[in-house]
Amino acid sequence: MLTKHQIFKMGSLAVGPHMLSVIPFGIICGAIGVEMGFSPYLVYAMSIIIFGGASQIVFLQLLSGGASTFIAVTSVGVINTRHILYGAVLSEYLEKLSLLKKLVISYFIVDQGFAESNKFLRKNKDQINKHYHLLGTGITLWVCWQISTIFGIILGSFIPEELGLKFAVPLTFIAILINELRKIDHVIVILVSGISSLLFFDAPLKSYIIIAPLVSLIAASLVLKFKK
Amino acid sequence: MTWLSVIIAGILTYLTRTTMITLVNRNVLSNNVKQVLSYVPAAVFPAIIFPAVFFNDSGLLDDLNSPKIIAASIAVLVGYFAKNVIATILSGLISYWIIIFLL
Repeated sequence: MLTKHQIFKMGSLAVGPHMLSVIPFGIICGAIGVEMGFSPYLVYAMSIIIFGGASQIVFLQLLSGGASTFIAVTSVGVINTRHILYGAVLSEYLEKLSLLKKLVISYFIVDQGFAESNKFLRKNKDQINKHYHLLGTGITLWVCWQISTIFGIILGSFIPEELGLKFAVPLTFIAILINELRKIDHVIVILVSGISSLLFFDAPLKSYIIIAPLVSLIAASLVLKFKK
Repeated sequence: MTWLSVIIAGILTYLTRTTMITLVNRNVLSNNVKQVLSYVPAAVFPAIIFPAVFFNDSGLLDDLNSPKIIAASIAVLVGYFAKNVIATILSGLISYWIIIFLL
């Protein structure tokens, strides 16, 4: 049986490589918020209150582009609906915890942390302290996100835009999915989601980010029927 | 007003994170649903990857020989064989830089 500390550390190490994208993205997020003329305190507070990279940037872009606050808030909600899917997956592993622990752990659920902890949790269902993995990935990502947004706010976009570090974001997610490419059913689901996201890209309120997963989960249920 | 909207956006986001974890009892989920849920990573992440790779900054479909598409393909190949997260990300970034700065 692994200790809390060991599992936390495993989670922390598991998201280490993703810092290659999280840190530049956090810096960009802080820098563009200030460049658009928002108060540095507001830009930083978003990293604590919302804590969701893409949705923070979209929120600021919409507001500075003159969209209503209603549209901006709704877009954040829509972009982040994917967490509902993560929660549905994770609920199985967290069911025995107290309500308070569930409420605390929920706050730290983000894409990369979910992806890495999900791999661990699947293989370690019997570990009593398995939820510490989610805390390890989540808190590590949280700390790095806070520090990198602050750097972005204070120093501005000190990383030249020509470097195209935004491109590290899709690369991180490619790295997360790479092992799923070995299974044909997963490849089908990946392609359905990817192609749907391109087709629905112009749907209102950035809803492609949840439409594409839902379409491909329907495809997944069909794939499962065929497998049986 | 902006502060209030940030707080509302934050509450909405937190609700998306916590709803299923605090409210859903595992017994409610049938085995079929659980099986479908095992595809969640494969269903969600491509929606982040594909637009970022295939669309240019103005939201139009890029040429198939765009630097991002070539670099992403290299990252997929390297990742598939190296089975390593850092190798996947770095091979993509480095080939992207080689294409845009040197070629």
